[in-house]
Amino acid sequence: MQTITTDSMTTALQDTQQSFLHIEGVSKVYPTSKGAYTVLQDVNLNIEAGEFICVIGHSGCGKSTLLNMVSGFSQPTEGVVLLQGQPITQPGPDRMVVFQNYSLLPWLTAFENVYLGLDSVYPEKSGAEKKAIARDNLEMVGLSDSLDKKPTQLSGGMKQRVAIARALATRPQVLILDEPFGALDAITKEELQEELLKIWNEHRCTVLMITHDIDEALFLSDRLVMMTNGPAANIGEIMTMPFPRPRDRDRIMEDPEYYRLRNYALDFLYNRFAHDDE
Amino acid sequence: MTATLPNRATVSSRDRIQALLKHPAANIALPIIGILLFLTIWEVLARIGLIALPSPIQVLTDERSNYLIMNPFFYNSDLDQGLFLQTMASLKRVAIGYGAAAIVGIAVGILVGNSPVIDKMFDPLFQFLRMVAPLAWVPIALAALRQNEPAALFVIFITSIWPILINTAVGVREIPQDYKNVAKVLRISNQKYFFKVLIPSALPYIFTGLRIAIGLAWLAIIAAEIVMSGVAGIGFFIWDAYQQNYVTEIIVAVVYIGAVGLVLDRLVLFIQKRIAPGQ
Repeated sequence: MQTITTDSMTTALQDTQQSFLHIEGVSKVYPTSKGAYTVLQDVNLNIEAGEFICVIGHSGCGKSTLLNMVSGFSQPTEGVVLLQGQPITQPGPDRMVVFQNYSLLPWLTAFENVYLGLDSVYPEKSGAEKKAIARDNLEMVGLSDSLDKKPTQLSGGMKQRVAIARALATRPQVLILDEPFGALDAITKEELQEELLKIWNEHRCTVLMITHDIDEALFLSDRLVMMTNGPAANIGEIMTMPFPRPRDRDRIMEDPEYYRLRNYALDFLYNRFAHDDE
Repeated sequence: MTATLPNRATVSSRDRIQALLKHPAANIALPIIGILLFLTIWEVLARIGLIALPSPIQVLTDERSNYLIMNPFFYNSDLDQGLFLQTMASLKRVAIGYGAAAIVGIAVGILVGNSPVIDKMFDPLFQFLRMVAPLAWVPIALAALRQNEPAALFVIFITSIWPILINTAVGVREIPQDYKNVAKVLRISNQKYFFKVLIPSALPYIFTGLRIAIGLAWLAIIAAEIVMSGVAGIGFFIWDAYQQNYVTEIIVAVVYIGAVGLVLDRLVLFIQKRIAPGQ
């Protein structure tokens, strides 16, 4: 299994001993009342700075567990996760997370939600400077008109835009997105995907994104990490996207390669690693 | 045709009731009709002698109770004053006892809600003390404090603190994990976490506790004053009137008590709507 993983990675990545984000020999074991439960076993992954990585797999395959170890919410039972050579021990603003359910504070306006993050990350910056950054980031996601609206007054897509603005405002090195568009309708989802790509093109932070949507992964990512099923899940294969950037959805959809890769990923998920109850 | 007619009739009558309930006057007119109905039944029951209480009209016309109704502000001595002043004396005790309970209850509640260890340690004790009735605290308070006034304040405090404390603790414990995660990623300072996350998130729970507690505090002061003879207040007024068999006076005082209880509850609700709207 592991040889396949390394085979599909570019040789350049293999040669650099310490990549930007380095996941090595990571296992996660949870103690349960029925004994130890291994979620992930011996996961290895090297990610370069500025890469856009999507992670796909059936529920229970440990995608979230893997990302939680990058964001710092949990620690590997075995192995190490290194960011620029430093082990990750706790969550921090250099690895911002966008949660599926937005996680905005409902008593703060869109602006205040973004400002709160800036305020604690940049204590040395002046209030006016932080306010300008908050405004710029909300403008970037197209919410200039909704600065003073509370989350309850915003649609799901708008809430997720605020969450993205909050995450990007602090200029994180890594942006972690946990199924960010899962709860949105198809049209809003496509809009946000395109905006995320546009923003990422300008910022070029490293992105780690969990998704259930193969088309989303093909459109957005540089590499798609496909997980095997749990327990003791691992990286099954890594697919490298050949599509040049900046990407145009219509042009990609016309590319026969798109459908070859799409079918390959579908085959991986629904034939080779079909879920038990499917 | 004939089959549809009764159906249409019921639908339209239901529509008419809906329209009636939506009418702005319904909020005032319907409760008034309800109260008048209640008073009429009481009047009839008293007249035919089914209950020994004075009827509403007797309460209004009786010399002593009429004087009380017409003169809420007279003052002869601490124990002989108008019912508005008596009520104010009781309310002052509630304000002090309840205020202290709110401060201590919220503070300890936050502490308990934040620490699973302290929570496990004290929760059974709180649940146990919560069940002790206000009147049961009176002899303990008198034995411990030896004076009527501090004992009365203590009874209000100890009665109203538990719902505030327990609800605050639940509110803090139930802060959604999402908010905590956001705070962790952003490494928000403790002070910011307290004011921007913890307090706003727990506020609806805190107000639930405060609203239950204000009702209990008002119940407790009446009970406490009845037992502690010789203090000015609406509770002792009732006891005094009962001793002298002035039943009409008691009824007037009970109306005051109910009205004040209602106002207190609405007041806390009003503050809640101003501070924590829509939650």
